[in-house]
Amino acid sequence: MTALPVSRRVLSGRWQGPAAFTAVAVLALVVAPLLLEPFRLGLLAKYLCYAIVALGIGLAWGQGGMLTLGQGVFFGLGGYAMGMYLKLNDAGGDLPDFMVWSGVEKLPALWKPFGNPVFALAMVVVLPVAVALLLGVLVFRQRVRGAYFAILTQALAAALVILLVGQQGLTGGTNGLTNFFDFFGRDVAADETQRGLYLLVAVVLGALYLGARQLVRSRFGRLLLAVRDGEDRVRFLGYDPATVKTLTFAVSAGMAGIAGALFVPVVGIISPALLGVVPSLELVVAVAVGGRFALAGAVLGAVVMGYARTYFSEELPDAWLYLQGALFVLVMTLAPKGIAGLAAAVVRRREARA
Amino acid sequence: MEGMVNQLPIGLSIGAVLLLIALGLTFTFGQMGVINMAHGEFIMAGAYTAYLLQGVGFLVALPVAFVVAGVMGLILERTLIRRFYGRPLDTLLLTWGVSLILQQLARDLFGAPNVQVASPEWLRGGLGILPYNRLFIMGLAAASVVGIWAYMNRTGQGRRMRAVMQNRRLAATSGIDTGRVDQRTFFIGSGLAGVAGVALTLIGPVGPTLGTYYIVDAFLVVVAGGLGQLRGAVLAAIGLGLLNSYAEFWSDASLAKVAVLVAIIGFLQIRPQGLFFVRSRALT
Repeated sequence: MTALPVSRRVLSGRWQGPAAFTAVAVLALVVAPLLLEPFRLGLLAKYLCYAIVALGIGLAWGQGGMLTLGQGVFFGLGGYAMGMYLKLNDAGGDLPDFMVWSGVEKLPALWKPFGNPVFALAMVVVLPVAVALLLGVLVFRQRVRGAYFAILTQALAAALVILLVGQQGLTGGTNGLTNFFDFFGRDVAADETQRGLYLLVAVVLGALYLGARQLVRSRFGRLLLAVRDGEDRVRFLGYDPATVKTLTFAVSAGMAGIAGALFVPVVGIISPALLGVVPSLELVVAVAVGGRFALAGAVLGAVVMGYARTYFSEELPDAWLYLQGALFVLVMTLAPKGIAGLAAAVVRRREARA
Repeated sequence: MEGMVNQLPIGLSIGAVLLLIALGLTFTFGQMGVINMAHGEFIMAGAYTAYLLQGVGFLVALPVAFVVAGVMGLILERTLIRRFYGRPLDTLLLTWGVSLILQQLARDLFGAPNVQVASPEWLRGGLGILPYNRLFIMGLAAASVVGIWAYMNRTGQGRRMRAVMQNRRLAATSGIDTGRVDQRTFFIGSGLAGVAGVALTLIGPVGPTLGTYYIVDAFLVVVAGGLGQLRGAVLAAIGLGLLNSYAEFWSDASLAKVAVLVAIIGFLQIRPQGLFFVRSRALT
């Protein structure tokens, strides 16, 4: 052990994780803002928002075995809560612009409290968590699980989109909420604000990642893994798997809500097309590509898939769907543990040889 | 009151289409634990078959679409799904990838805009409030149910299928070639999706994303009816079709979807395994 050079000692053993995390943090917080032009930095901020959702999916699906195909719902709830506040703030006491266009004359009661920033920011987390708790209690208590749960969450995403599109006067319909100007006293489109938002997103992602990691390593996390691998056995040991699953699902929903709220000022829009069945599934697939059993894999998957999507839809727009489809098929058949699984296999092989 | 009566054939024919789609899903899901998201694209394949065979005759399109979609299903089962038995959640993502590829393929072959299939002469018009085309869809669904029932309960192949569905390992030890049974089930299930696609051309245009409209509802039928349950699928499909059309009639389309979902989650509180299920002492 003493013979190993410092670099080897840092890269192996218990310092490996913190070292990698620090390296990525420096890269994200210092290098990226210096090197990337504002447009590219904005894109990265968007992917990091998706990475926050992916982190929640990694927690619920990878660690808890709950395949949730409706994270878009929670992302949307957070996003709309933030969007409603920004709209009301921009309108400054008048009606938001899209309501005027749809012929709404009085501010709907649902909107009124969202004029208050504290209330709106609270709702960003409270709404998704409440919906997830309710669904979790109803579904997991009855021991509805596996594919049934996946189908129900998918139906929830489909229903929310139809609801949002249908209630145009209340939600802005297909266009969603857009045209924001002011973000807590700053011009939301300014490069300076966008840079600050990027840093905020990166810090939030880092903090949530550390929190999720701590959760997985706690007694609760052990229980969660046990529920994933043998729910009945956990029940026979006297624990209540429904509570464990419901709480985890709520945490992942809260993360998606936060991501949605950050997404709104970064990208400047929240609309039904961003949170339906397809975007929800795409994030799940991103997690699968990155590696569902590792939280870092989930984050990595979201960023990689975000870049792949942007690159290919710029260069080869027609081929993107083929590529995306082929990628899922290949990942699911050849590398079900994703990039993280492949990396772990490489490390193991090298250690075995050494 | 008149509106309520008019809504009945609409609800029943939506239910009939859902039933044709869900029949295939409930057996592939119940027997093999496969959640086939590409099932929606088999519907689309059936619909485009009807589009291509417009000159030949509508009744010819039905068996052709059955075979086209069935063979597509068989290829999918043989090449990919076979490797995934016992990993239901993974099949969901895998088949979604396949469905993306098939959708883009349809876009490249037939163009992105919807196409219209002309209904045959003899299906125009109707009996009072019952349009012939909707009656035909209901008849088609009823015939398929009878056919499936007879297949399952009156043929040797059907008996083996039921055996595999009830207990795969015991069936295998009894000398049943479970792989072959899986292939047949997949062929028939996917073929029925093709037939549903032909039926859908009677009530709307055909596009590359046709299948995605129906797949979520069809899965809800499977969940509410119980896995691999013919009776359950029939009742749940009719119920869901009626619920959809009446909820839409009383409120509006956007609230109707939410109402249907709430109703199903509520229903699962009473019967978590769906309307019908095989009682067993096994866990899960």
